[in-house]
Amino acid sequence: MNFPLISLEVCVLILGLVVLVADLWLPVERKKLLGYAAAAGLTFLLAINLGGWGHCTEPGHAFNDMFVQDELSIFFNRFFLLSAIIVLIMIAEFSDQIAAGISEYYSLVLFSLVGMLFASSVNNFALLFVSLELITVSFYILTSFQRARGRSLEAGVKYLIIGALSTAFTVFGITLVWGTSGKFSFTELSPVAAQFSENKLFLFGLLFVIVGLGFKISAFPFQIWTPDVYEGAPTPSTAFLAIGSKAAGFALLLRVLFTAVPAITEQKVNVLIIISAITILYGNLCALPQHNVKRLLGYSGIAHAGYMLLGIAAMAGAKTTDGAAAILYYLSGYLFTVLAAFLVITLVMRHLDTEEISGLAGLAGRSPLLAGTMTLSMISLAGLPPLAGFFGKFLLLKAVIDEGPANHCYYYLAFIALAGVVISIYYYFGVVRAMFWGQAEETLPIKISGPIRVAIFVCIAGMFWLGVFPGDWLEVARNSASALGL
Amino acid sequence: MSTLTYIIGWPLLAAIVLVFVPRSYRVIMRAVAIGATLISALLAIKMFALFHLGLPGYQFEQQIHWVESVGISYHVGVDGINVGLVLMGAIVAFAAACCSWEIQTREKEFYILLLVMAGGILGAFASLDMFFFYFFHELALVPTFIMIGLWGRGERKNYATFQITLYLSLGALIALIGLIALYTQSGAGTFDIPALISYLHEPGHQLSSQSQNFIFPLLLFGFGILISLWPFHTWAPLGYGSAPTPTAMLHAGVLKKFGLYGLIRIALPMMPDAAQRWVQPIAWLAMGNLVYCGWVAMRQKDFGRLIGYSSVAHMGFVFLGIATLSVVGVTGAVVVMIAHGFLAALTFALSGYLYQQTRTLEIRELGGLLRKLPFIGTVLVMAAFAGCGLPGFANFIGEVTVLFGAWQEAPLRAIAVLACWGALIIGAVYMLRAVRNILHGPINARWDGVLDASNFWRKLPYALLLVCLLVFGFFPRLLTDKIREPANAIAQMAKPVMANQAPEGPTLSALHTK
Repeated sequence: MNFPLISLEVCVLILGLVVLVADLWLPVERKKLLGYAAAAGLTFLLAINLGGWGHCTEPGHAFNDMFVQDELSIFFNRFFLLSAIIVLIMIAEFSDQIAAGISEYYSLVLFSLVGMLFASSVNNFALLFVSLELITVSFYILTSFQRARGRSLEAGVKYLIIGALSTAFTVFGITLVWGTSGKFSFTELSPVAAQFSENKLFLFGLLFVIVGLGFKISAFPFQIWTPDVYEGAPTPSTAFLAIGSKAAGFALLLRVLFTAVPAITEQKVNVLIIISAITILYGNLCALPQHNVKRLLGYSGIAHAGYMLLGIAAMAGAKTTDGAAAILYYLSGYLFTVLAAFLVITLVMRHLDTEEISGLAGLAGRSPLLAGTMTLSMISLAGLPPLAGFFGKFLLLKAVIDEGPANHCYYYLAFIALAGVVISIYYYFGVVRAMFWGQAEETLPIKISGPIRVAIFVCIAGMFWLGVFPGDWLEVARNSASALGL
Repeated sequence: MSTLTYIIGWPLLAAIVLVFVPRSYRVIMRAVAIGATLISALLAIKMFALFHLGLPGYQFEQQIHWVESVGISYHVGVDGINVGLVLMGAIVAFAAACCSWEIQTREKEFYILLLVMAGGILGAFASLDMFFFYFFHELALVPTFIMIGLWGRGERKNYATFQITLYLSLGALIALIGLIALYTQSGAGTFDIPALISYLHEPGHQLSSQSQNFIFPLLLFGFGILISLWPFHTWAPLGYGSAPTPTAMLHAGVLKKFGLYGLIRIALPMMPDAAQRWVQPIAWLAMGNLVYCGWVAMRQKDFGRLIGYSSVAHMGFVFLGIATLSVVGVTGAVVVMIAHGFLAALTFALSGYLYQQTRTLEIRELGGLLRKLPFIGTVLVMAAFAGCGLPGFANFIGEVTVLFGAWQEAPLRAIAVLACWGALIIGAVYMLRAVRNILHGPINARWDGVLDASNFWRKLPYALLLVCLLVFGFFPRLLTDKIREPANAIAQMAKPVMANQAPEGPTLSALHTK
């Protein structure tokens, strides 16, 4: 059984339940503090995890090989914990916009966090489905949490319909894979996967599983929901969707493609290249005419999924895990960058009806700190030095160009990524322009609470650290990626 | 710690310090910016003076491993080629900081960005590692965009900002792909430029001609966009015309030379076969710069656009020098880079001053200003002479050396003749016409209130840049003696057979005795 390996997941689950129960005794005006308490709890767990205490960092297998704890899952566990901490702080700040049930908001975030933590350790199609569902079902509610707001409900319904559809695909795919190969476990499947490379049913099954995961990371052509849901959902939910859910999708995608069916992945390199290329172009081109910041970040999120698919495409053709290391590095940078942007949006725009870019106008005068943070975040998203986004893109491009001599399609992919980056600079600078050039309708300074200030400084420090001193973290990413063991 | 690290570090450190200086302490911010760039400039002069002639390899070197698994290290050092460029960059940065008095809004952000830009520029020229070479360049580029957007001038400021941002980012990214491809295909596993060069010149390690044919155009056109190589020059005149004075000085003067430096330092020695194949196209594109852009400059009605085009035109000389692949040509190219750096900074500083006083740069509306502006006017006349390539200024040395270099190469002779025309006739026409229309003739009563640069600090940047042009114009051996050795090495790597035959001695020494 090896039960202690899942102690982290269990602790988070208990924390979520404690939050739910504590809600019964807390007076209404104190409920905001519950979010800080939950964040503190997660910080404690993260500290334990980083310190290597308990069983949360021991490598090993549990539950009949369903659950694997290796460097990769430990990396993702820490990643999810950190993003949940910042999101919880964001929710506490956002709580004045939630009419009732703020405690449920906190605990739903914790429950979906449990799903993500399990997703990082998946080694079996059954657990893959369960963890995926735990994340998705929590998000159905998280996206529609502002019940009084039509847009939020609309976002929830859209997410529900497309989410349910993709779940159906995933289940169907899993049954096909199981029906043809008789294997659930990734470890058992990988040696025999090559035999099924001509089996249409098996390949369709695999494709359907990828459809479900493509929905999570919002890769083309499963990205339709992204802008609407990003726009309508409450900002903290969007933030968690943008970073947590996307990273979980990548964790699962890496596991499925490179531990379950590496032999087939190798054959389908060009499919991955095409998906990556179209995702990059689609995201960046559609982001160009956007007026709404969250919608813009939705499209830019699609583009960034495309960039990270560069790593997967590169790894599919290579015999090294450089691509995965680049993805992990990029995701780490993306965490700080995107959360910084959403923190600013939460602070500045939560009272506004819609999050138009013009709502940021004059921010430089109202709060230089927030304007600076947003500028740094946009520069990092655009991939310019000295911030995290630059080194991440550098690693991804390097991984892709490395494969160029063997397969020239990789060169085309690199050029498409380049075109995407240039396009993206245009719309990211549009946001910066609004903050510095735009005429402000409101001139009141913005109050920034202590915990939010800490979260903002953590994000800024992270962006600079990953951009200027990439050495140490790259080692961590490489070690974690080596768990995929190509 | 190497002196170079201090030269790069002071402006960056000052930028960090300024973050914590309260907004209202304007004098302190200005003092910090000027002080930090002054220290950099003094250290660069010291380094230039202490540079040992005849020592092989790099001096003032420092190497710190940064990301060992990828082969990235912070590696700075100078040889004869970039010692002058670093000196020029540091002096121009100081002059630009001095010229920043025209900025009256959001000074704190401006000085921070200016210092980051200065540090990035100096870092790019001092780096001997391809990653940091690119990293520092981008570090300098991002502030450029923001500065043009926020403090720029003119009606088309927004358009200019987006144009320059997209153009230069595209160029930089194309070059980045080329650099990464160079790294991966060399198989050396390092971004270190000297290590890569020596690796690629070991027998059996040369880049295959297929790789060279793929990578060289990436670097040529990626860097070419950054340098405003014809026909990718359209961003430059409008961008410079809209930029605040210190930004235009630093970008046109120094940052733009980054691409040329990259071609000389990376593309020529590492990809000799492709370089030889591209000689003719480069030379003809250089003609586009020299003749076409010079022609366009003649038609300009706005002085800012005119010097923008003239700065584009001058880049043609450097390209022509590079295209010769000979020691004389490359030496001339480096001298032009340095001389033009001082000159471009000077002309943009002057046009900025004129704009500050008159709020217009329409040549037709100006006139007779020499009576009102004796100091600025005199400097402008001298700058115009330098721009025409008059002997006595450093530009003459560089341009004439390039032309000698081009004449030596039989296939380039026709181009050398055309370049002569382009530079001497066309350049003289537009420069002298501008001088006549702005400084001479009847004065408009509108300009009664125009003031000359009065105190020491206002005059200092112009005088300093002019003195540099004259010093290197009268004592070119300060530069050419240093450049000759590394230029010879590069020419031999780029064209192994020809370089041996080239009569490099006589031409250079003929220059020296002049």
